[in-house]
Amino acid sequence: MNDTPPKIRLKNLHKRFGEKVVLNGLNLDVGKGESVVIMGGSGSGKSVSLKCLLGLLTPDQGQIEIDGASILGISEDDRDQINRKFGMLFQHAALFDSMTVLDNVTFGLIRGKGLMTSDAERVAYEKLEQVGLDRSFGPRMPAELSGGQRKRVGLARAVALEPEIILFDEPTTGLDPVMGDTINELIVKCTRDLGATTLTITHDMASARVIADRIAMLYQGKIIWAGPTDQVDASGDPRVDQFIHGRAEGPIKMEVRRL
Amino acid sequence: MSERRVAINPLRTIGAATLGMLATIGQLTLFMLNSVSHFVRPPIYFRLIGRQMIDVGYYSLPVVGMTTLFSGMVIALQSYTGAERGGTEDAALAQVTSVVLLAVTRELAPVLAGLMVAGRIGAAMAAEIGTMRVTEQIDALTTLSTNPIKYLVVPRIIAGLTMLPFLVLIGDIIGVFGGYVVGVYKLDLNPALYVQKTYETLEFLDIFSGLVKAAVFGFVVTLLGCYMGYHSSGGAQGVGAATTNAVVAAAILILILNYLLTQLFFGI
Repeated sequence: MNDTPPKIRLKNLHKRFGEKVVLNGLNLDVGKGESVVIMGGSGSGKSVSLKCLLGLLTPDQGQIEIDGASILGISEDDRDQINRKFGMLFQHAALFDSMTVLDNVTFGLIRGKGLMTSDAERVAYEKLEQVGLDRSFGPRMPAELSGGQRKRVGLARAVALEPEIILFDEPTTGLDPVMGDTINELIVKCTRDLGATTLTITHDMASARVIADRIAMLYQGKIIWAGPTDQVDASGDPRVDQFIHGRAEGPIKMEVRRL
Repeated sequence: MSERRVAINPLRTIGAATLGMLATIGQLTLFMLNSVSHFVRPPIYFRLIGRQMIDVGYYSLPVVGMTTLFSGMVIALQSYTGAERGGTEDAALAQVTSVVLLAVTRELAPVLAGLMVAGRIGAAMAAEIGTMRVTEQIDALTTLSTNPIKYLVVPRIIAGLTMLPFLVLIGDIIGVFGGYVVGVYKLDLNPALYVQKTYETLEFLDIFSGLVKAAVFGFVVTLLGCYMGYHSSGGAQGVGAATTNAVVAAAILILILNYLLTQLFFGI
């Protein structure tokens, strides 16, 4: 098994916007079926690394490999094929607000997988039920839902296509702790069921401990520590300690930035 | 630091602005080529194209109808006051019919329809796509195996390209009719002669040039609406700016292109 390439390999990624260096030699491997959480503060490059992976941004330097094959500089059609392997839960769920909940979940099934509407709806209701939303939610519009319900619909939409890789962008941001934990458990349940590889970015330690097999700490555009979740408390790196305990004082000096 | 640089070297500011503009033009050109290349590449979303065509074409009819109606009416009035200052009834009739016909079909219908649609449709497209951009819905499309250009942009541009000529054709008829109403009921011109004179003056190129202009304007309005929305950033304010830019840029481009196309068709 050791010679199989990792599902996702980010190799020496560099990305800068103007004079601001965002990624500065990021290296990370995610094995098949593994759940890795990238932790990091605001502005540490978490979102940019996900966007590079999805092909929404192109890194200035470095390699991104999926199943051992590079996905940078490939044709648009190949990129579409690669994107079929991905599912993503966006930070604010990014539901299509012109469509009902049901249409949101069936969207990828009908357009991506070419299912008949009736089959797609059956799968969609199944997935909605998995995230704890009954049939009455189907015809509702995203604007009528609470934050937690939107996240659940977003999760149902992401797992409906049964992707090989699922990306989570701050899955618990903006939710109360109980709802946050519910989402965490749903993420674990849904992805384990699928056997999917997941990559999550978050700054919520509680969430990371539930979701992750392995945690990687991103700081100033680099992974400064990576290891199994149960070893994160004994990393021996003062920067990781500062982050997981949420202390303002320590080696990480927060730039006070304009938002 | 940067203020000092500006003070020391104004050329720097001018250069930066020029580079920024060139970059935008380049980006817009790439966006246009990318969109156009998706016109014929499957899958083609016929349902979405149909929905946009109804939105751009059918629902703009009242606005375009009203503008062209009153434009035709006012042109009849203006050209009559010009003619009656020294001339016979016949000369006045000839002048009113030909001025109304030429002004409406060649200029007023396409330009006013273009501007109205820029305000109605271009703004709405920029706002809708811009909101989808800042709420990550466009990124979400990508992760659901749907090309956002094909799904959002292409149907809108096709609708603009095909529906504006349709609107202008209707606008031509309504505008000329407006001229007829004023000519006959207000200026007491002979209705039969008015219609006959209009037919005699009518040339294919008048209508055709107007329709070509309309197609170009429809393309420009929808392209800019989509482009500005697609590249908006920074939340509500960014979407607002994108909407403004889409309308202003489309309006200016319509007027510039109108001159160039007129020169192309009728230039000496």
